This record gives sequence, C-alpha cells and structure tokens, in this order.
Amino acid sequence: MSVETAVGLAVLLPFAGILLIALLGRWPNLRETASLATGASTFAVVAGVILPVVQMGGRPRLDLVAVLPGLDLAFEVEPLGMLFALVASGLWIVTTIYSIGYMRGHHEEHQTRFYICFALAISGALGVAFAANVFTLFVFYEAITLSTYPLVTHHGTEAAKKAGRVYLGILMGTSVAFLLFALVWTYLAAGTTEFRPGGILAGRVEGWHLMVLLALYAFGTGKAALMPFHRWLPAAMVAPTPVSALLHAVAVVKAGVFTVLKIIIYVFGIDLLATTDASRWLCWVAAFTILAASIIALTKDNLKARLAYSTVSQLSYIVLGGALATTAGVMGGGMHIAMHALGKITLFFCAGAIMVGAHKTKISEIDGLGRRMPFTFGAFFLGSLSVIGLPPMGGSWSKWYLILGTIEADQLAMMVVLMVSSLLSIGYLMPVVGRAFFRPSPEDDEHGGSPRGGIHEAPFLCVLPPVLTGIGCVVAFFYADDIYELLMGIVAR
Amino acid sequence: MSGELVERVTTNLPALQIALPLLTAAVCMVIRRARAAWALAMVVAWTSFASAGAILAWVWRHGDISYAEGGWQAPFGIELHIDLLNALVLLVVTGICAIVLTASPKSFDQEIWREHHAKVYALYLLCMTGLAGMTVTGDAFNVFVFLEISSLSSYALISQGTTRRALTSSIQYLVMGTLGGTFILLGIGMIYMVTGTLNMADMAVQLGAVGPNRTVLVALACIGIGIAIKLALFPLHIWLPNAYTYAPAIVTAFLAATSTKVAYYLLVRFIFSIFGAPLAFGALRLDAVLMPLAIAAMFAGSFVAIFQDNLKRMLAYSSVAQIGYMVLGLSLVSVSGLTGGLVHLFNHALMKSGLFLVMAAVLLRTGSVRIEAMAGLGRRMPWTMAAFVVAGLSMIGVPLTVGFVSKWYLVMGAIQAGLWPVAVLILLSSLLALIYIWRVIEVAYFREPPEDAPEVTEAPISLLGPIWVLAGATVFFGIFTSLSVGTASAAARMLLGVGQ
Repeated sequence: MSVETAVGLAVLLPFAGILLIALLGRWPNLRETASLATGASTFAVVAGVILPVVQMGGRPRLDLVAVLPGLDLAFEVEPLGMLFALVASGLWIVTTIYSIGYMRGHHEEHQTRFYICFALAISGALGVAFAANVFTLFVFYEAITLSTYPLVTHHGTEAAKKAGRVYLGILMGTSVAFLLFALVWTYLAAGTTEFRPGGILAGRVEGWHLMVLLALYAFGTGKAALMPFHRWLPAAMVAPTPVSALLHAVAVVKAGVFTVLKIIIYVFGIDLLATTDASRWLCWVAAFTILAASIIALTKDNLKARLAYSTVSQLSYIVLGGALATTAGVMGGGMHIAMHALGKITLFFCAGAIMVGAHKTKISEIDGLGRRMPFTFGAFFLGSLSVIGLPPMGGSWSKWYLILGTIEADQLAMMVVLMVSSLLSIGYLMPVVGRAFFRPSPEDDEHGGSPRGGIHEAPFLCVLPPVLTGIGCVVAFFYADDIYELLMGIVAR
Repeated sequence: MSGELVERVTTNLPALQIALPLLTAAVCMVIRRARAAWALAMVVAWTSFASAGAILAWVWRHGDISYAEGGWQAPFGIELHIDLLNALVLLVVTGICAIVLTASPKSFDQEIWREHHAKVYALYLLCMTGLAGMTVTGDAFNVFVFLEISSLSSYALISQGTTRRALTSSIQYLVMGTLGGTFILLGIGMIYMVTGTLNMADMAVQLGAVGPNRTVLVALACIGIGIAIKLALFPLHIWLPNAYTYAPAIVTAFLAATSTKVAYYLLVRFIFSIFGAPLAFGALRLDAVLMPLAIAAMFAGSFVAIFQDNLKRMLAYSSVAQIGYMVLGLSLVSVSGLTGGLVHLFNHALMKSGLFLVMAAVLLRTGSVRIEAMAGLGRRMPWTMAAFVVAGLSMIGVPLTVGFVSKWYLVMGAIQAGLWPVAVLILLSSLLALIYIWRVIEVAYFREPPEDAPEVTEAPISLLGPIWVLAGATVFFGIFTSLSVGTASAAARMLLGVGQ
C-alpha cells in the first residue's frame, strides 16, 4: 500500500466502519466488534504506514478533486497533523472500549446512531489533521460539527436540545461568519489556501489587516473555545460521557486548537507574526481565557462541568503557544495537544465511571468514594497530575516548552499566567481526589462508621480505559522525546 | 450519425423546446385520462431536458445557435438565440420541470380531483412552454408573449390549491403579475420606439448608437420594475409567499425552481445583453438600487422565514431571501459576482425544488404542512427527512454542497469590489438560514409525535426518487462544479465582455 493511499484510507476507513455498524445495528456484540475493528485498523494505518514516512521527513500528499479553481480537496500529512491524527485515532480505540462498558452500563438508547456519529466525527478529525489547505480543513471542520451534533443531543431531552442549539449556534456561527470569511480573504490575498512552511501571507497582507485576519481565524475556530466563544463546550457536557471524553477533550476541541496552531504556523508563519507582533493581542486573549476558565472551574460542583472549564482553560495554553510565535511556544503547543488529550480523557473516563458505578455527578457527593473505587480515583489522580503539569507526567513537558516559549518571546507576563494557572488547576482538581480518599463517606456514618462493602467499581470496560490512559500519562513523560523529534519537522524546514 | 445531421438536428432543437410542450398541452386536454396525460407530459418534459442538454453541449463546443422562426431571418423575423447563458437556464428549467413532473402523480391524487388532472398537466406544459420560450427567444416582444403564456398558466395552476385561499392568492398574483407584465411591455415599446427593432441583438446595437437618452433610461426602469415584480424582488415580493403557500405542493415546487429563475435570467439578459452594463450601471446606477434591495431581501426573507409555522410558507420566504442573493450577485457587476448570481440560479433551483418536494411528501403522508405536525418524522420518514437535512445544509451553505459554491463566489465578488460590509452581511444572513432550517430539523428529530397522531409511513418511491435525485445533485454539484460554475463563469465573462 502506497502511503498516499493510506492517507485517503485513514480518512475513509471510519466511513466504511459506519456501513458495517449500520448493518450490524441489530446485534450489539457484532456492532461493537465492528466499531473496534474500524478503530484498530484506522490506527494501524495511521501509526503503521503513515507515521514512519512522516518521521523520515516525508510529506505524503493526496489530491482528491478540485472543487473550484484553486480550491482543492487535498490531503498532505505534516508532523503536527500526524501527531493529532495519532492522538485522535489512538484514543478512539480506548474510547470505543470505554463506550461499550458505559453505554451498556448506563442503558443508553440509540447506540447504533451513537457509534455511527462517533465514527463520522473521527473521520472528520482525521480529515482536519491531514488537510493540505485551509479549504479542506474547513470542510472537515464543519463535518465534525455536524456529526457531533446528534451526539450532544443524544438524550433528546429539552436540556439536550437547548445545549445542541448553543453548540451548533456557536460552532456553526463562528465558522460561517469568521472562518469562512478568513478563508475567502486568504484565497484572494494569497491566491491559494495551501499550507506551506513559512506561511503564505508574507508580503500579501500587512499592518492591521494581519491582526484582523488572525482574529477572524482565532475566533472563527469556535472549537478552540477562546473566550467569549467558549460556552458551547460546557453546554456539550449533556452528552454521554464517552462523547465528552473523546470529542470534547480530544477530537473536537483539539481539532480547534490544531486549526489555530496550523494556521499560525503554515498560513501566517511564525516569523511573520514575530516580526509584526500581530499575534500579541491573541496572547492576552488566551491568557484571559486560561485564568478566567480556571476560576470558573473552581466554582463548579458538577464534575463534568468543572472538567469542561478546565478544558477551556487548557485549550488556550495551545493557542497561547501559537500566539507567542516562537519555536518553543509552537513545540509546547503541539505537544500539549497530545499531553492534555491523554490527561483530560482520563479525567472524563473517570467521571463517567463514577457516574456508572456510583451514580454520582457532583463533587460534593463523592466523599469517601475513593475507597470503593480505588482504580478509578487512582487514574483520576494520575490524570490530574498530568493536567496540572507535574512530573513525572507527560503534561509537565508541554508546560515546560510553553514556559520556554514565553521566555523566548520575552513575555514574562505569560509565564506568570502559566504558573498561576497551574496553581489554579491544583485548586480545582486536587480536592476531587482529596475528598474521595480522605473524607469519610456519608454512608459509612449511617452504618456506625464501619467501612462497608470493600471495592465496588464500575463495569470492567469502564475502568480499564482510564487506568490505561492514566498510565499512558506517565509513559508519555518518558517518551516525550519522540514527540519532540516528530514535531521538530515543523521548524526544521 | 454524420456530423452534418447532428448539426441540423441540434440547431433546430430550440424550436422544439417551444413547439413540443405547446402542442402536447393541447393533446393532454383531449386525452382527459389522468395517467395517460401524465405519461405524455413525462415524455415531453424528459425529451426537452435531453435536448436542452444537447443544446448546451453544442453551444459549448460550437458557439451560439441561432434559429430563424418560419425561415424569416433576423432582425425582421423572430429569432431564437441560444448562448451559454440561456443554454444553462434552459437546462435548469427543463430539468426541474422533468424531475418535479416525475414526482407529481401521487401528490396530485391527494390535492386535485382526478378529473382535473389532464387539464392540470396541460397547464403545466403550457407554463413550461412559456418559461422555455422566454429563455430561448432572441426577440424582445416574444419575451412578453411567452411571459404571459407562463403567467396565465401559473395563475390557473395556483388556483388549483385545495383551500379557497388559493383563489385569492391566485388573484393577487394575477394583479401583481399583470402589472409587471405591463411594465415590461411599456419598456419594450419604448425601446422599439427608439430603435425600431424588436430583435435583442439588433436592439443592443441600435441602443449603443442612440446612447443613454431619457426614453432609453425610462425603458430600462420600466423593464427593471416589471421584472422585479415577476422575480419577487423585495419589496415587490408580496404575491410570492401566498402563491407558494396555497398552490398545490407540486406546483409550488415547480414554480419556485423555475419561474423566478427565468425572471432573473430576463433581468440579466436585458441589463447586460441589451442595455449593456455601462448604461445600466453607469448612466442609471441600477446597482445602487438593486444592491440595497437585494440585501434587504436576504435579511427580511430569512428573518420572516424564522417565524413561520407553516413549512411551505417558510420555504417561500426563504425563496425571497435567495432571490436577494442572486440579485446581489448581479449588482456587484463583476465576473465573480455575476458568476455567483448565475450559479446560485442553478444551485437554488436544485435545493429549493428538493425542499419543496420533501414538503410535498410530508403533506402526502401527514396531511399537514405545519411544522408542528412534523414531530417524529425523523424516525417515521427517515429518507425523506434525510433529504431535507441534505438540502437544508446546502441552504445554509455547508461546504461540499452547492450552497457553499454560491456563497463563495458572492463573498469573493463582494470582497473584490471592496465591499467588506456586504461580504459580512452575506455570511450573517446565511446564519439566519441555519436557524430556520434547524427549527424544522429539531421538530422532526427530537419531538415526539402527539398520542393521537396518525400512523405515518415513508413517502412512496415515486416521490422519494425525485427528492433524492435533487438532494444528491446538491451534493454532486457541490463537489464537481465544472458544469454549473464552468458555464456560469463563462456566461458571466461573455456578458461583461471579459476575455477568458
């Protein structure tokens, strides 16, 4: 198999999976097997065929069709997209395992639709990752929005419908009003929308126009959840937890920040931004989002809502990394895509496991649960450390490079922001672990203070994935070098 | 078949576009049997479509076709003249005619007495004659004649609606339409007065020699107003929502996708081919009138559509907005803008007739076109509603659908002209489309039907087939744009006198 075919195949495989899933909808076991097989084969193609080529410095390209003159649907894999594709397709497998446990344990309806939309969303994420130009990226970006809408509104309740409106309204609204505008502008200014090392806008867009265009891209990418366009993400938490885990911690939101990062690197070019200072304002917006979202997270009692705001905050790390317009910043941002994904998906998995195993959604209700669900909360602890950015967790590396980036860009205020944000994240994550392990359970009191029952975890398939990803956070600490090597391909040229 | 024979056949096809439906209409009246009349009309419509395809292919390869009616040569005789512009419009009109007609029997059974079917098909064919005639003719007076043929038959078609409101809507349209027709006739008369010719090409030459005197300007104004009424350009659109709402579903689908499109074609033809852009936009500043109206239409139409409880009416107001897009493209007076307008003519015909056919299917199965009554249809009529979603996404302008292509060219035209705010307005108005389309989707997919709701099954294949042909076309032509965009941009270059 040529690597070009593999690129197309990676995006198409989830599609083929959809057919299988739809056909096998009546037999849940077969259907889930099909879902898993699709995930595994997609990952195999991404990691087994495409990755080695990109590591060697190759840039496999696949041209599909020219929709309009100069506006091609085409894929080209570069290191950043490679990393995003690896993360999305790899975590898809874990999430599918988790979904099986969760959806059955929680007795969810419409599971076939669920798996179909899930596969579509992953296909969209891979399309975004491999897009060779802004147009292709836009196409798949919209595909993700549309395919995740049925997942957000999965329960069909009034609350779900409302959340769906916010979700679609903000994501579609920003993308149509700003992103599409930016796309047309870029096309007219540069005559192309291709991603090129060093950017395509140098000498074509100047002065304050550059800032406006960057603003259109940054805010147009609603999925990056820059304030004030972040509200869709907490709203999306009405979805079943696997959706929150993979899509709203990995595929959807990472597609957003990935888009911002990719556009900063390959459309503007960090040199252009560094010399013109056009992205300085974006640092401040990102900084504001980082701090404000962390503070809001502190006030949330609902675990998923707290995690959602934590995500909003963490996403802006990546935007900040791009906006710093330095090599280290971009490396840190790129690495944070992977590191935060691992950490945050673990946390969401745990939140879901708590919901399935103990039927608790609020932090104030989980006192003493740690003793009943040691694996879940152990994993939660690992994930928390990674999100906070403490060694020996993967998250510490990305934060390290981001801080280097602030020094390189001579923006010490941003370094302070990152530090304060770490403290805040300790503030909103650690109490969860603390309460679960060190506070007495209210049920114990009722039974005269004696610990009751022993271990009572969620179904095995719900607990295994967070444990795996939690361990993954630790492993990532030791293998950060590989990610670094891969990402060096961005700046090496 | 030898090349000479092909040439002889193809160059005579334009006449067939008029003669075939006109004569068959009379035959339909005689047959009186519903299905036989339908079958005959089908043959005619699909033949017309095929020959329109042949004409377009010929014009691409060999250039314009000129046909002298009765052998009398232009400028004295009546000429049928086909270039890329009207070849494209003809393809759209005949294509939609054929597809909608294919879907018609079941829906007509529901809404129109069986005894009247043959007459309705006769009217349908007459209307088609008028529309095709307006499109192919190269003679200004002929335009008026065919306009009246199509108008009169469409008044009669609209009055076939099941409620009495159909009659008042028909009258309302008749009054407005006649006003419009009169303005057009006045305008043509004035040009005739100045130039002494009725042949369009000849008119253009003579007008160029005369220059922009007052009579010519008034003539252009009259024709502009007259066509704006037929086109339902805001604020002259008041006939349209009623006419579309109370006409039989199939008639609405047919008229929505063809009648306003031909009116738009006439506007383009008169402005660019006969008067010429310098006169229309230099001496008269028509763009200063059309652009604000177009933008107002985009917003007013979409905004009102959001608050409709009736699916048909909602789609009708959406049409008002979409006409705004087309006129906006024209008023930009640039290759990108005009391409956007023309390509939107093509694209909107596909999406809107698809959506109206979905409405026809819903009406057939539920007996209602209220949006409320669509609760739970997502599960009960999955294929029909899926087509609604596809065509609806296209209305919003999601990439890889035709709506995106139109929007792309319009936004590009606006930015190229330095009209940034207009570009922003185009994008904002498409968000309104998101709202009104999504309202329907939410009801269909998320609301449970009431307890006493009748049992509803999927639409019959005779409707579902055409619906999916159109829905599929919105995606197909959103990806493979060489036919629509290729022809539209070549036509736009031709009209603006810009080389390839």
